[in-house]
Amino acid sequence: MARRSMPKQQPYSRTKPRPLHRVLPIRHHASSIPFLLLPAVCLVLSGCVRPEPPADLVIINGTEPESLDPATIVGIPEMRLTKALFEGLVRLDPTNAQPIPALAERWDVSPDGKVYTFHLRTNATWSTGEPITSADVAYSWLRALSPGTAGDYAGQLFYIKNAEAYYTGKIKDPAQVGIHALDAHTVRVELNDPLAFFLDLCTFPTLAVVPHQTIEKHDYRWLSVRPLPCSGAYELVAWRLNDKVRLRKNPHYWDAAHTQSDIIDILPTGSPNTALNLYETGVADIVWDKELVPSELLDVLTKRPDFHTWDYLGTYFNRFNVTRGPLTNELVRKAFALATDRERITRKITRGGEKPAFHFVPDGTANYQPPPGLPFDPEQGRRLLAQAGFPGGKSFPHLQYSFPSAASGAARLQGKIAVELQQMWRDGLGIEVELRQIERKVFYAAQSRLDYDISGSSWIGDYNDANTFLDLFTSNSGNNRTGWRNRRYDELIHQANRQLDLKRRAELFRQAETVLVAEEAPVAPIYFYAGFNYFDPRKITGIYQNILDEHPMQYIRKVKTQPISRIQYSVFSIQSRRAANN
Amino acid sequence: MYFLKRLLLIVPLLLVISLLAFVLVRVAPGGPFDRERKPASPEIERQLKAHYHLDEPVWKQYLRYLDGLVVHGDFGPSLKYRNHTVNDIIAQGLPVSMCLGMLAFGFAMGVGVPVGYFTAIRRGHWEDYSGSLFAVLMICIPGFVVGPLLVMFFAIKWQLLPVALWASPAHAILPTMALGLYFSGRIARLMREGMLNTLQAEFITTARAKGLSENAVLLKHAFRLAVLPVVSYSGPLLADLLTGSFVIESIFQIPGIGVFFVNSMLNRDHTMIVGLVVLYATLLVLLNLLVDLAYVLLDRRVKYD
Repeated sequence: MARRSMPKQQPYSRTKPRPLHRVLPIRHHASSIPFLLLPAVCLVLSGCVRPEPPADLVIINGTEPESLDPATIVGIPEMRLTKALFEGLVRLDPTNAQPIPALAERWDVSPDGKVYTFHLRTNATWSTGEPITSADVAYSWLRALSPGTAGDYAGQLFYIKNAEAYYTGKIKDPAQVGIHALDAHTVRVELNDPLAFFLDLCTFPTLAVVPHQTIEKHDYRWLSVRPLPCSGAYELVAWRLNDKVRLRKNPHYWDAAHTQSDIIDILPTGSPNTALNLYETGVADIVWDKELVPSELLDVLTKRPDFHTWDYLGTYFNRFNVTRGPLTNELVRKAFALATDRERITRKITRGGEKPAFHFVPDGTANYQPPPGLPFDPEQGRRLLAQAGFPGGKSFPHLQYSFPSAASGAARLQGKIAVELQQMWRDGLGIEVELRQIERKVFYAAQSRLDYDISGSSWIGDYNDANTFLDLFTSNSGNNRTGWRNRRYDELIHQANRQLDLKRRAELFRQAETVLVAEEAPVAPIYFYAGFNYFDPRKITGIYQNILDEHPMQYIRKVKTQPISRIQYSVFSIQSRRAANN
Repeated sequence: MYFLKRLLLIVPLLLVISLLAFVLVRVAPGGPFDRERKPASPEIERQLKAHYHLDEPVWKQYLRYLDGLVVHGDFGPSLKYRNHTVNDIIAQGLPVSMCLGMLAFGFAMGVGVPVGYFTAIRRGHWEDYSGSLFAVLMICIPGFVVGPLLVMFFAIKWQLLPVALWASPAHAILPTMALGLYFSGRIARLMREGMLNTLQAEFITTARAKGLSENAVLLKHAFRLAVLPVVSYSGPLLADLLTGSFVIESIFQIPGIGVFFVNSMLNRDHTMIVGLVVLYATLLVLLNLLVDLAYVLLDRRVKYD
């Protein structure tokens, strides 16, 4: 407390006050870093911020796209974006997600369903003005198929004759693959089997048409080239990591007359709260990723008129590791499935309009009627468990339920679901399951190695057909990850995909799914996903709800009800804009 | 001479650090291509790994990496953002993070140093108590609380500033505060301690006995030594701030490099992780060197050969 006397020495300070720069310890050669930094800061700041014309439409699209190369992308946000830039022969109708003509204006299918002849539009051009020809199509498909491209989705092309052999190197000559450019505007595709969903596949980004010369010249950095030749309704103006992707209407697009918005900004946002804040303050017009709904606010949000939810082609389910302990017995697996109260999960946890799932292929999948599956019946579950030798769960070995960890967003629900499942199985079967939350990448690696007992999983359909779900559990599928192999199942799927008759095909799939969810139960479906987005339907037109969550950007338009200048951030413009809106 | 030696020592240090990082990320379970949706066939997965040479032995991968880094200054392609090289990502994100980091540094200094200074010279008075309370509060409340609170009041309730993004100087204000407040608390504490310690020194009594004005005693004599702890803290602090902050960049959707420090690890983006580790190590070493240099200038008792 000796220092308490200090303020008493104030009289000294009454002597003449001196200018600060004379007093501060700045010697001409000893200026310390912080003071030098200030002007530098101003310089840097002015360099960081670039003024740009405002966009006509701002969409929050999920996390930063990993890539915009149609041949290598795997994520849904990437696919939405890429579809605006690179079009395929066929695209999806924005209202019902059915295949409609795109770069190909029509096509013929041979009577056996194995040969497709596509007739390209003569007015199809790149955004740089050159015509798009059948050679571009053949190049793009062969590139997607080439091992050098290292695309995860190369398998989408394996339905084409000799494609798999070409990929694995058994065939070296690309001319032997069933993709042929007959003349400048005709492409002939030969398939291994008549494929009911081949046109749906043609709408998939992997099969989009990409610019040959640019790619050959710039290798994996080809997307940085400006102007980038694009085949879709939009061209790429800017792609800044974690900042924005800016699209501008492609004036050379064959259907440019119907493109609704000129400039679209796509904001990558990983945080649901930030996304909601940006939307609420009018910076973003549309938020359309189901991960971007703050789960804490679901109850409030679902009641709002600008929050939209509908059935979506995705399933959340449990995988059982059929190679481990009691889970090798299908009676035990079925007992777990029977004791799972799906309704409780959709009502209590997901709460966003998801539907309980008793079968694996979602309701509403094209040309398909799924089987009933196993109901919620803990009584029956206990009986099956007793049959398997564990009456009342007695002497049941120690099992773990694994699920990936998630920092935020809808993915965080997995932990809550795990807790709920643990409770259900404890109450219903008398089995105590230990929960094991694992870091995402470690989780998926462990799942592939079959290093788990039961694990939470999800699957989103690539195209509107039962095959995109049922194909998963064939013996050779890279996504099986249950250790379950069933020859009858494989045979049924194989048979179904060679069927021309859609009814017969649906029946075969239905038999296969019965094996999957009711007889053998290597998986237990929990709920079907719901699609989510939020936008004000009075201001935004051209978004239609469909089972694929497919909303092509070229149809979307912001209706300008009153002359609102887009937000320029000064203190006053926000307030005035708010006033204008009110 | 001394500084030249220190500069030269950076090279082997960086080699060791990059090797460690390189090996550790590969030892960690899970790889860049493990995800919910795997390629349809194992053959595709094998090709994918081969494409990025992940199927080679680690020492071979490291030599390949080192070759690229030393000969071409190339950190290699990112395994997650497949159309970008690590150099691209750093070149895009680092200036933004640096910009925000400088602003936050200036803010933290601008708030922390005066607060620390005045709490020290007004020790035991209300200025001291309120200033110290501010400092302690700032240290205790983490950025992920301060950030959303600032957004809630300034951006949503009062609509004064943008909620997020990085598009104009106004966009920088909230993140600068959110990032800088914590450090301003730390700096205020350090400054206060430094000032109190210095004021007890004998040369201060001498200065006062000589009849110097109180301002001259405090600013010219005391401040200069009292600020030394702050200066030595500012080295690692700057390295921290310049390389961005995961929390603040996520909350405000800022296209900086900070998010990559966490996300590249979660994504097992091997090349990105090693690139960032090397970058961070370089910055840290260089800034510490600068701090030592500043010591010589501020405190004449300190001398290196």
